[in-house]
Amino acid sequence: MSKVEFNKETGPREVFCGLTSIVWLHRRMPDAFFLVVGSRTCAHLIQSAAGVMIFAEPRFGTAILEEKDLAGLADAHEELDRVVNDLIARRPEIKTLFLVGSCPSEVIKLDLATVADKLNKRFLGQVRFVNYSGSGIETTFTQGEDGALKALIPLMESSNEEKLLLVGTLANNVEDRFKKIFRNLGISNIESFPPRQSTELPKIGKNTKVLLTQPYLSDTVRDLKHRGCEIISAPFPLGIEGSTEWFLAAAKAFKISELKVHEIISPLINRAKLALESHKEILKGKRLFLLPESQLEISLARFLHNECEMDLIEVGTPYLNKDLMKEEINLLPDNTKIVEGQHVEKQLDRVRESNPDLVVCGMGLANPLEAEGISTKWSIEMVFSPIHGIDQAADLAGLFSKPLRRNQILTTKTLVTH
Amino acid sequence: MELTLWTYEGPPHVGAMRIASSMKDIHYVLHAPQGDTYADLLFTMIERRGQRPPVTYTTFQARDLGGDTAELVKKNIKEAVERFKPKTLLVGESCTAELIQDQPGALAKGMGFDMPIVNLELPAYSKKENWGASETFYQLIRTLLKEKVSSLEKISPLRWKELGRRPKVNILGPSLLGFRCRDDVIEIQRILSEQGIDTNVVAPLGASPEDIERLIDADINICLYQEIAEASCEWLKRNFGMEYTNTIPIGIKNTIEFINEVHNKLDLPLTNKEELEHKSKLPWYSKSVDSNYLTGKRVFIFGDGTHAIAAAKIAKEELGFEVVGLGTYSREMARQLRATAKELNVEALITNNYLEVEDAMKKAAPELVLGTQMERHSAKRLGIPCSVISTPMHVQDVPARYSPQMGWEGANVIFDDWVHPLMMGLEEHLIDMFKHDFEFVDGHQSHLGNTATKTEDFINSEEKKDKNSKEGIIWTESGRAELTKVPFFVRGKVKTNTEKYAILRGIPEISDETLYDAKAYFS
Repeated sequence: MSKVEFNKETGPREVFCGLTSIVWLHRRMPDAFFLVVGSRTCAHLIQSAAGVMIFAEPRFGTAILEEKDLAGLADAHEELDRVVNDLIARRPEIKTLFLVGSCPSEVIKLDLATVADKLNKRFLGQVRFVNYSGSGIETTFTQGEDGALKALIPLMESSNEEKLLLVGTLANNVEDRFKKIFRNLGISNIESFPPRQSTELPKIGKNTKVLLTQPYLSDTVRDLKHRGCEIISAPFPLGIEGSTEWFLAAAKAFKISELKVHEIISPLINRAKLALESHKEILKGKRLFLLPESQLEISLARFLHNECEMDLIEVGTPYLNKDLMKEEINLLPDNTKIVEGQHVEKQLDRVRESNPDLVVCGMGLANPLEAEGISTKWSIEMVFSPIHGIDQAADLAGLFSKPLRRNQILTTKTLVTH
Repeated sequence: MELTLWTYEGPPHVGAMRIASSMKDIHYVLHAPQGDTYADLLFTMIERRGQRPPVTYTTFQARDLGGDTAELVKKNIKEAVERFKPKTLLVGESCTAELIQDQPGALAKGMGFDMPIVNLELPAYSKKENWGASETFYQLIRTLLKEKVSSLEKISPLRWKELGRRPKVNILGPSLLGFRCRDDVIEIQRILSEQGIDTNVVAPLGASPEDIERLIDADINICLYQEIAEASCEWLKRNFGMEYTNTIPIGIKNTIEFINEVHNKLDLPLTNKEELEHKSKLPWYSKSVDSNYLTGKRVFIFGDGTHAIAAAKIAKEELGFEVVGLGTYSREMARQLRATAKELNVEALITNNYLEVEDAMKKAAPELVLGTQMERHSAKRLGIPCSVISTPMHVQDVPARYSPQMGWEGANVIFDDWVHPLMMGLEEHLIDMFKHDFEFVDGHQSHLGNTATKTEDFINSEEKKDKNSKEGIIWTESGRAELTKVPFFVRGKVKTNTEKYAILRGIPEISDETLYDAKAYFS
């Protein structure tokens, strides 16, 4: 392991809670509905985070707890029953309904597992109910996906068929690319989790080889291991280096030669390196500060340093699973400063003191930093954009070079009027 | 328990944040879990604010719940006070913290600070954003002024005369995340100063705690947004005798009425009465011949109480529209809106459910929708033009240009914003004349070449669509042909009405004549 510097920080945080992940999960599985059992704040959060993506009738909603629900728990269970009945009557196409716990439902100890059990019996053969918590007292942003996937594992049937299982939500086009490359490598049985339809869950067992596409799935990984799956240890497929290592690790698990991998992916690598050049020119030598939010920060830091030659000031992460991130941390330059957790005020002090060229941060902080003359990139874009794989390396770099390029354009002398 | 897909208002603590963020030298310590920090982006993204809201979230976690969350609250209060040095501290809790009952306000008061501390109790499970904003503004004013209550004589609106100065007013209610508040304030101040009236304090937008203490230097209060400021104006009236205005100056008639009300309250003679109508271009634009086509345009209105009620009046009296639907999500203003709806002979729609609004919109078959972001999306789906007149809003509803809703310039903005989504008069006339030419079917033909659907194709596709109506009524060939001649934007309405008429009269087949019979019946 390289000599990185680990720090922990506690204090006031500025991050999304796990409910936010519903925004991309419901798009991945169009036959599923996510019903948050929470407060008006939860409903307001999801619609604010979803921003412009207002749909005809979205496949997520909130059962808002009211005063009368808090008076007695029995009432709350009955009320939830009623809301679910109404919802299913209106949306008969729903195949899986996620009951999503929130901060208030966790604090009043609303037992969503029991509710889901009861509903499963009543709607047997029509709708499946699963529950997980996306509460901000337990989860941060992307951890919501971890909870949702973990909740689906008990529904997955067993099979000893040998297969490659890609775990973590991917953009559909990226997923198709990956499958094509794996098939070219000679791996034919490939499935994804979450699947594109919530009812088409992959079967798993001792010959399932799990390859993670996202770094934030600690609980899911643990439960897949319990089901006998083999977890392939690899960095994450961000950038050329990460993706190459990722393909190599998968190939090794399927006893496919390294040579074969290089033969298939080297044209892709050459193409990607060419595409990366113009971005590297802008990013090279620029100083980067990553605030914690998506848990993608370490992989991004590795890519931006190793392939785009940026200097890393600080790499924040809301949560660090050293075991899962082992391969990534090994690729980081010596003396990288990783900070787990947050004290947002102290961290912003460090941002200002270090005078970075680019800060990766949440939407609440971006404009205030811009107003102080510090260029920013929204971390939420990383979970909405197709950034995985060799073919996307230049696009990923582009997300970071764009604010810097824009800054250059806007600060040229011709535009300064005062 | 209430099923919500989208919500018009946030929770009450977001209302409190709107007050805190609007003001200077205030800090708000909010006992809340980390997810609640999303609220910052409402200000930094929608309003493009260059400063973070002055809010410290305690961000307690599950593991803190077993221990001492009260200590965590105190630690955060201490750090926030040291770092931000506020002149007044707001302390409160969000929905989750309300359940664990740490009473952060009481804790703060026991910490020995010199500054005034406002303990906000905003019940998250029964109240909403606007109520939270109103309550916060009221509690803040009360905290900062309560000691002066007994020592002061009642404030006479006429005292400017005795004091030998120009009359002075407070403008109360404008806040961040309100609809065009930033520009409304400038417009209203401009109008007042033209009338020889000075502004004492604008609050909460841009005010400091010292400014709040100076509120009682004014002669009267202007209540610019009832949702936010009415409770405060009422308290200032009860305790200091300060009169306040009720008219919301949106639209020409209301602006003139507002100026009248201010002058009456201050006993200030109104010398430029005749000039007032010419201060805005709306009356002439509305009267000009091109605007003839606006007559009787069917308009559906939904928004907060203040903007919806004002919009209904402008639509009917100043633009000559027909109001076919009126509603609000502001239950606090339901009574007022019902009265306006009654005058207009429409049913008032008071609801939090945007799907109910969409349904009502569909049934009313309007030609223009005036609403919030939600209605903009619903209208888009229904293919109806829409202009946003109220929060909740999106980043595009905070324009860079000066764009008030109130006063003379507000009326100009309203004319442009409501009329442009509709087709221009002459253009509509031309489309009507040429609508059967194949180049001109359902839209515009590019000069680059002929890509329009042929008339025959168009009728064929219409035939497919219309072959079987739900009620089992048959459209004859002549009926279908006539229907396709109806402009596309009202075709659905005509079809429904004709079928309704056929059912009513027991007519099994709809011919061209039935269409005209129905038209005559419903007009």
